[in-house]
Amino acid sequence: MSAAPPARGLSRRALLGIPLAAAAAAGAGFYALLRRMEAGHYDPHAVDNPLVGQAIPDFAPLPAQDPASIGFGSADLRAALHATGRPILVNFFASWCVPCRIEHPQLMAMTGAGIAIWGIAYKDQAADAAKLLGEEGNPYARLARDENGRVSIDWGLYGVPETFLIDRAGIIRGHWAGPLAPETVRDEVSPLLRKYA
Amino acid sequence: MIRALVLLIFLAVPLAAAFAISDPAEMLPDPKAEARAEAIGRQLRCLVCQNESIEDSGADLARDLRHIVRQHVAAGETNKEIIAWMVARYGDFVRLRPPFEPLTWLLWASPALALVAGAVIVAFALREKRPPPAPLSAAEQRKLKDVLKS
Amino acid sequence: MIPELGHFALALAVVIAAAQAVLPLIGAARRDAALMASAPSLAFGQFLALALAFGALLWSSVVSDFSVYNIAENSQSLKPLLYKITGVWGDHEGSILLWCLILALCGAAVGAFGRALPAAVRARVIGVLGATSAGFVLFSLTVSNPFVRLWPPPWEGQGMNPLLEDPGLAFHPPILYAGYVGFSIPFAFALAALIEGRVDAAWGRWVRPWALAAWAFLTGGIALGSWWSYYVLGWGGYWFWDPVENASLLPWLAGTALVHSAIVVEKRDALKIWTVLLAIGTFSLSLCGTFLVRSGILNSVHAFANDPARGVFILVLLALVIGTALALFAWRAPRLLPTGIFAPLSREGALVLNNILLCSIAAVVFTGTTYPLFAQLLAGAQISVGAPFFNAAVLPLAIPLFVVMVIGPMLSWKRAALAPALIRLWWVALAALAVGVFATFHTAIFPALGFAASVWLILGAFVDIIARIRLFRLPLATSLARLGGIPLAAWGGAIAHAGMGITVAGIAGMAIAEHRIVAIAAGETVDLGGYRWTLEDLRDAPGPNYSARLADIRVTRDGRVIAVMSPGRRSYPLQRTTTTETAIRTNLLRDLYAVLGEERDGKAVLRLHVNYLAPWIWLGALVMAAGGGLSLADRRLRIGAPLRRAAAPVVAA
Repeated sequence: MSAAPPARGLSRRALLGIPLAAAAAAGAGFYALLRRMEAGHYDPHAVDNPLVGQAIPDFAPLPAQDPASIGFGSADLRAALHATGRPILVNFFASWCVPCRIEHPQLMAMTGAGIAIWGIAYKDQAADAAKLLGEEGNPYARLARDENGRVSIDWGLYGVPETFLIDRAGIIRGHWAGPLAPETVRDEVSPLLRKYA
Repeated sequence: MIRALVLLIFLAVPLAAAFAISDPAEMLPDPKAEARAEAIGRQLRCLVCQNESIEDSGADLARDLRHIVRQHVAAGETNKEIIAWMVARYGDFVRLRPPFEPLTWLLWASPALALVAGAVIVAFALREKRPPPAPLSAAEQRKLKDVLKS
Repeated sequence: MIPELGHFALALAVVIAAAQAVLPLIGAARRDAALMASAPSLAFGQFLALALAFGALLWSSVVSDFSVYNIAENSQSLKPLLYKITGVWGDHEGSILLWCLILALCGAAVGAFGRALPAAVRARVIGVLGATSAGFVLFSLTVSNPFVRLWPPPWEGQGMNPLLEDPGLAFHPPILYAGYVGFSIPFAFALAALIEGRVDAAWGRWVRPWALAAWAFLTGGIALGSWWSYYVLGWGGYWFWDPVENASLLPWLAGTALVHSAIVVEKRDALKIWTVLLAIGTFSLSLCGTFLVRSGILNSVHAFANDPARGVFILVLLALVIGTALALFAWRAPRLLPTGIFAPLSREGALVLNNILLCSIAAVVFTGTTYPLFAQLLAGAQISVGAPFFNAAVLPLAIPLFVVMVIGPMLSWKRAALAPALIRLWWVALAALAVGVFATFHTAIFPALGFAASVWLILGAFVDIIARIRLFRLPLATSLARLGGIPLAAWGGAIAHAGMGITVAGIAGMAIAEHRIVAIAAGETVDLGGYRWTLEDLRDAPGPNYSARLADIRVTRDGRVIAVMSPGRRSYPLQRTTTTETAIRTNLLRDLYAVLGEERDGKAVLRLHVNYLAPWIWLGALVMAAGGGLSLADRRLRIGAPLRRAAAPVVAA
């Protein structure tokens, strides 16, 4: 074959350009995901909670985690929301969970600022939780105990800590999995609290 | 940073959870019901260990979910109802077999689309007119002569 | 000192690779014989430099030089020597170095075996390999440097993940990488052809042996990985459709298509543009398979050190390699004019169908693996795509593929009739149908289909050979004499197809496996799959860097002892992890498989399996790889042999 004549037809040229276009699109997608991952907006291991925007799940009153605290059920939560007319944060934690200690100062700070935080201890020993709260302070207005973790599953919990923001109508407005960093509190939790106050 | 911390929660989940064994006590006594529960469990994703079904995983949460599936099976619920129960709590993420909905049309159509694309390429190739073989260059003529002579 | 030497050799390799990328390509463009002739020497030089670097890392690992960060992180002085050696590629940095070493070896191999190639082709191929190499060695030197020092050096290393301390996994990466990286050679040939603007039958003949060799290694590598997860993870499974597994399956599917379409290029001078695209695509998928899984984007059970910054470097590198290749394809391929003409019903027609089906399966696997990512990116929705999807979507494409696999080799080139092929195959179809129908009485539809497909494939390969020697059509002695005349490539094809049948039988067998989870105390007995399993003893057994707990199980059938097996649990204090040690006893028709779980109140939780035909899954893969190797040994395909003829520009038919 001598020098090939120029290709005929635009369609043939376009067809042979498809692989490049497809690879470029896929590459751009991967790049966008990598950038989001770096920025912390995308986490392949995180699960979005489908309850956001919906009413809190119903659950029978849970017992108190330790003698010093008061347990609660969904009815108590709704009553309190109705009575105060202000949003409440529900925080799931456990004394055996290392990251929970990382977010503990943030919880203390929010309680100090007058924000109501209700806690649910996930599969925790009464004595351990009491010890932790004794040492580092108790941010919880009420602290219930979910011994077998079933109520937590009704909330779509997949790890501890997780935090939910409930508005006064009893609708879940915010959900954070993993420890709340000071920046998360400043940039995400506080604005939502103000919005639904 | 946040990512690293989230991973910390699951310190107990290294490369692969080695204990995918559940307590036989939590298995249903009726083998048919147990088989159904297992089939449902294989369609549900273990949320903390990624890419394993709850039947394969040794994670604590997977064990709880296995247990719940069996309770619902024992209560006589249909597979659909049980999966819907899980989806209400964990979203479509929990389904290893994605539902057929607008978002996944492309996914479920992928085998057919791939075949159609293949057919289109073949049709395109067959339609093309083939030029007659190019005449031999002077050098090739000479070489051909050499070859034929020898 | 030794690590510095390795570090220096690595830097040297970058320089040589850069020269290997530039000089031969310039030489080929200018028809400068001296520059073109520099290609093999540069390829050898790059290989030597990388071998030196790799040797230095190996040495540091063997002598437990914990001042090297990488070794402090992944080794420990008590580790057995074998794992000190294989541990070198057990982590990210070391495995990248191994990857680069194999890529350099590919360049050197083309230099060594490609003497009879036209000088310009050889120079371009080695040049393209050098350019690819330069990028990845640079990646190793800059963001994945295995020679980084640690000061002060720790007294003891961190130890490696005990799951990786296993002979199967130790040799998994070199074999798998030989497959992945081996496809760089067809890739380089494709680019060389695009640069030159010409693809002919000789090109098909050059590419096929390299593609076959890489394919055989990749087949072996995937099988080894699957076998490892079967006996180490202890889930009783062997394939999880995990992104990392899919990433290795994709180049295998594309590579299988390539091996077949290259035949059409060679025999019929057709399908040329497609084959060039496949050669590019296969290596591109290999690259994605090795590197994308390390970026942390994909959600996998197989953890690798995830580092987004490293991920961006990888992505840029992949974009350069794959983007350049596909841009060159888009620009130059329109000049490659189609020449081959063929009827749909012919050997080449069947090979086209085979390509469509294989590539469709690849497209489905790719779509399923990346769909959650793009659903998240474009719709913000979280979905999962797991085993149930892949099984459902791949099966409808695999079944027609199996049908074509048997009929295709019976058809003649150019123009064929279906009837003679079907007449030869009627008893195979009947046998498959009988097995399938028989199986439906005992099992579900999926395993029954699998058994039928397996009978069809194995007997079909047999009929292929019978047809070639015209058994029962010629006198028996003549037929047997013809046996020796069958080209090795034909033997290889038939054997590889039978291997697929063996694997399919294993998969179907695993689908009817029985298992039971029990909690029993020592002395107690359970029944499963016609066997009596007695837990004789629970005991402690110390190991070199772990402590183990073992359960002795005696398996009997009709009072006869079939096996004594001791599944166990090991805990590694240094790494603070526990692993399960699966016990497997096989007689090739079924595996007895036992895993020890937790112990409570003197009772041990045991998971017992009877996995029918399980070993056939990997046996079939070995047979497939062997078939590939046999084709490779065919004189007509031997790497240097056809080249004397090919040196003449006359297009070989």
